[in-house]
Amino acid sequence: MYVAVKGGERAIANAHALLADARRGDRATREISPDQIDQQLALAVDRVMSEGSLYDREIAALAIKQARGDLIEAIFLARAYRTTMPRFGFAEPIDTAAMALRRRVSATYKDLPGGQVLGPTFDYTHRLIDFSLGEGGEPAPAPTAPAGLEAATPRVADIIARDDLIERNAAPKPGAPVADVTRDATSFPAPRDARLQTLARGDEGFLLGLAYSTQRGYGRNHPFVGEIRFGEVEVEVFVEDLGFAVPLGSITVTECQMVNQFKGGDGEPPRFTRGYGLAFGQSERKAMAMALVDRALRAEEFAEERQGPAQDEEFVLSHSDNVQATGFVEHLKLPHYVDFQAELALLRELRTEDRGQRTEEKEESSVVRPPSSVVRTEAAE
Amino acid sequence: MTARPYNFAYLDEQTKRMIRRAILKAIAIPGYQVPFASREMPMPYGWGTGGVQLTASIIGPDDVLKVIDQGADDTTNAVSIRAFFAKTAGVETTTDTAAATVIQTRHRVPETPLNPDQILVYQVPIPEPLRFLEPRETETRTMHALAEYGVMHVKLYEDIARHGHIATTYAYPARVADRYIMDPSPIPKFDNPKLDDCPALQLFGAGREKRNYAIPPHTRVVSLDFEDHPFERTKFDAACEFCGASDSFLDEVVIDDKGGRMFVCSDTDYCQKRQAAHAREDDGVESRGAAK
Repeated sequence: MYVAVKGGERAIANAHALLADARRGDRATREISPDQIDQQLALAVDRVMSEGSLYDREIAALAIKQARGDLIEAIFLARAYRTTMPRFGFAEPIDTAAMALRRRVSATYKDLPGGQVLGPTFDYTHRLIDFSLGEGGEPAPAPTAPAGLEAATPRVADIIARDDLIERNAAPKPGAPVADVTRDATSFPAPRDARLQTLARGDEGFLLGLAYSTQRGYGRNHPFVGEIRFGEVEVEVFVEDLGFAVPLGSITVTECQMVNQFKGGDGEPPRFTRGYGLAFGQSERKAMAMALVDRALRAEEFAEERQGPAQDEEFVLSHSDNVQATGFVEHLKLPHYVDFQAELALLRELRTEDRGQRTEEKEESSVVRPPSSVVRTEAAE
Repeated sequence: MTARPYNFAYLDEQTKRMIRRAILKAIAIPGYQVPFASREMPMPYGWGTGGVQLTASIIGPDDVLKVIDQGADDTTNAVSIRAFFAKTAGVETTTDTAAATVIQTRHRVPETPLNPDQILVYQVPIPEPLRFLEPRETETRTMHALAEYGVMHVKLYEDIARHGHIATTYAYPARVADRYIMDPSPIPKFDNPKLDDCPALQLFGAGREKRNYAIPPHTRVVSLDFEDHPFERTKFDAACEFCGASDSFLDEVVIDDKGGRMFVCSDTDYCQKRQAAHAREDDGVESRGAAK
């Protein structure tokens, strides 16, 4: 008897064994390998790396396999692995102007130095199910650009900045401390580095919804996609002993720079403002949503009236983390019977009192009521 | 055993040191919520990551660990957390409240009185007692700083006006050392009196919210109330079906689909100890009878 409390240990072990079995699925189908996930579900790997804050394709692919394709669960696995890793320093800021581009589009200029580079994109595809994919077979080799035509591809924001038409970025301060939201409790108002880190780790769906809400009037900020670029950048780390920065390797990132409604005043000429998004891998939707929300969260800085949730820093930064959110929402399935019991006891007490009160009222009213009405009431019952 | 690549009790020593500093600060300012750099843990947020980090930071190889959830040692999450420390720290575990040196708990304070050599670690979902009255952290921190707790009393007063009672039955707010109001975590208010003047150190960890707070041993903890509506412990009209206890918090168990109910102790260790004691008494009576 009393199954709910007894036998938890064996039940857990059995449930996990069943999970492993369900993960494998029908043994008649071939098992999927982490390389296949890495190569063929690459965008899922990119998302897990971004929101897991861990640039490691192997771990991300393995996590996706372990999580049976549940990306939030995979992100959680990546995070729990990451947290045990030693931290030996901060990289130098990456230079996205020097990116080896795989894609680069601007919505603000028809043509620009370096041109528009579409790269591998779903844009302009017709979303028709391709039944041939189910039949196997290799796609035709992709056409390649002629070699040796590498033109300079300055960032659009830098082009606009040359005419002083966009807000100036704060000058970099070498050696200044860098926030680390994985190592410090966030306090509000959050500095820009902490805000951007939180958004970069934030849930793509949550940020997408918030970004969308700004476009529908809940904190409009008149955005233009100045530029989206995706490709490889080098990561360097400053080595004290050597006195200079050495390259560690390269990572693939997507950067989105939004150009937003202009501001001026206080002795400053009007200029466009910026929203910034950056994500690992090819994560364009995420980078764009992040840029919109980044700009929305600067409402205070630009003395804009806060009209929507996307402009509310505490609201956005406290609720964007999907590992936190899923944990806390799903914890509701843990037992709560002690608290429920305490509520039940109070509810019963309240009902007893309520019943007592109503009986009293009835008795009182029966005293003042003429006898005939009492008779009628009784007859009705 | 795959725990080898991990440090003793999972967290690295730097992290433990950081958390211990935060704990010391919390002990120095009873009831004050100290921010700490909560780590991502291999269990989900909301499932005890705060408690697990505190336990991992204070536990040593000689400690004996007990983990309870809803008062019971064998609820699934308690089993999982106990297994985690058995695996990563290799410490001895127990279900015996008196034998434990560290007790991690969710939602209950053990019925057996604690002793000065014990530490009780609470898992806390929302550390901020004012959160549901004021959602902004920037605001609530100011309210604590100024001891501006009027809204809490207004809330309790509104309960009385509406229901004739304070309608908070768990996570019942209490004032610690005559200063900070704290959320005792969602323990039933039945357990609140046990917090006061407790000989054991009580630590509260909220992982997702990155906060910890503490009640040092023998600290005054007063559940909020009014002169004409004093704090009342939840009372049960029933006694435990298994051990007959009438002084413990009881869980209601639905035993059939005809409205049948049974009440049993929420604290399984307490209940089993009492059952064993009854059995010994019965044995004693029988053996004396047999000797005749």
